[in-house]
Amino acid sequence: MKSDHHVILRVVTKTLIPIIFLYALYVQFHGDSGPGGGFQAGVIVAVAVILYALIFGVPAAMRAIPPVFTRSLAAVGVLLYAGVGFWALLQGGQYLEYQALFQEEPGGHHGQHVGIILIELGVLFGVSGAMLTIFYAFAGRVAEIRDEDW
Amino acid sequence: MDDVIDVNIGMEMVNIVLLGMLFIVGIAIARMRSLFGIVMLSGIYSLVSAAWYVAVDAVDVAFTEAAVGAGMSTAVLLGAMLLTSRTAKPEKPLKNLGPFLVCIVTGILLIYATVDLPGFGDPNSPANSGVGLTYLQINWHDTGIPNVVTPVLGSYRGFDTLGETTVVFVAGLAVALLLGFGERSLAETIRKEDKAPPPLPKDDAISNEKEGKE
Repeated sequence: MKSDHHVILRVVTKTLIPIIFLYALYVQFHGDSGPGGGFQAGVIVAVAVILYALIFGVPAAMRAIPPVFTRSLAAVGVLLYAGVGFWALLQGGQYLEYQALFQEEPGGHHGQHVGIILIELGVLFGVSGAMLTIFYAFAGRVAEIRDEDW
Repeated sequence: MDDVIDVNIGMEMVNIVLLGMLFIVGIAIARMRSLFGIVMLSGIYSLVSAAWYVAVDAVDVAFTEAAVGAGMSTAVLLGAMLLTSRTAKPEKPLKNLGPFLVCIVTGILLIYATVDLPGFGDPNSPANSGVGLTYLQINWHDTGIPNVVTPVLGSYRGFDTLGETTVVFVAGLAVALLLGFGERSLAETIRKEDKAPPPLPKDDAISNEKEGKE
């Protein structure tokens, strides 16, 4: 590991990770009109971080994205999803009834769009946070990837 | 008419080639002993099945398979592989006889069950004629969202998706609790290192390599 013979891996990964994140955002916000959505985007975000951890080591990834943050992110995601339901309740509708968010007549689409974007964000946070928590829980048990593992 | 038949034959060929590749990869995984190769091949298996889902017009499923099966599980399995040895134990040949018979019988039963399945794309099949058709008819008026899958899972089946998100969250929670927040000790050492005055101008990659060498 003394000489940096993983230099190609590192350079390629550094270029790829921003693209992966960007693609995850595309999948997230394009879920209304194409295939994709919160689950897929959440997994892609998690994979980008895991790729970083595999190439640069788990400690470096934990410095960038601390385990406490991933745990909280998962909880915040579920709370956001459930919160949209309570928002609908407060507006006089039923639980998760997006039509009631802005008290629209049937055929009004604003509430549906806002509600679905919010719950997809909740799914994104929940899935990426939970996946990274699982990964950290496993990967935190080995300190360093040995050289012969490549 | 000839064109229709040609298109169908083309699709049949694509299906046969993709399913044949799945079969070959499955056999290769079963016969392989190197765990790294098995992990990579299972990623390829997911990728090929994702391609097959696209061929049968299930794009959202294909997307999920590619992201979760080929991306996430491969990465997690690579991480898990670091905790164990590099090769699987060689097995005694006779020990496989029982599982092999179970597989054969289950396979025969499954093939027998396919006789009762509706044809691919059959408009009168339960999946296409019941609630699926209703979603396609009322979705645009109800939500104004072009991709029907998103309103179905977000709006019509919002409770289901809330449950799924909670399941994923609980899975993460359970792993973290079972492994005793295994990353905590590592995270603590990182925090201490960061607080201690660095002896040299610190580059993450270089410092990691030093730690690995000690």
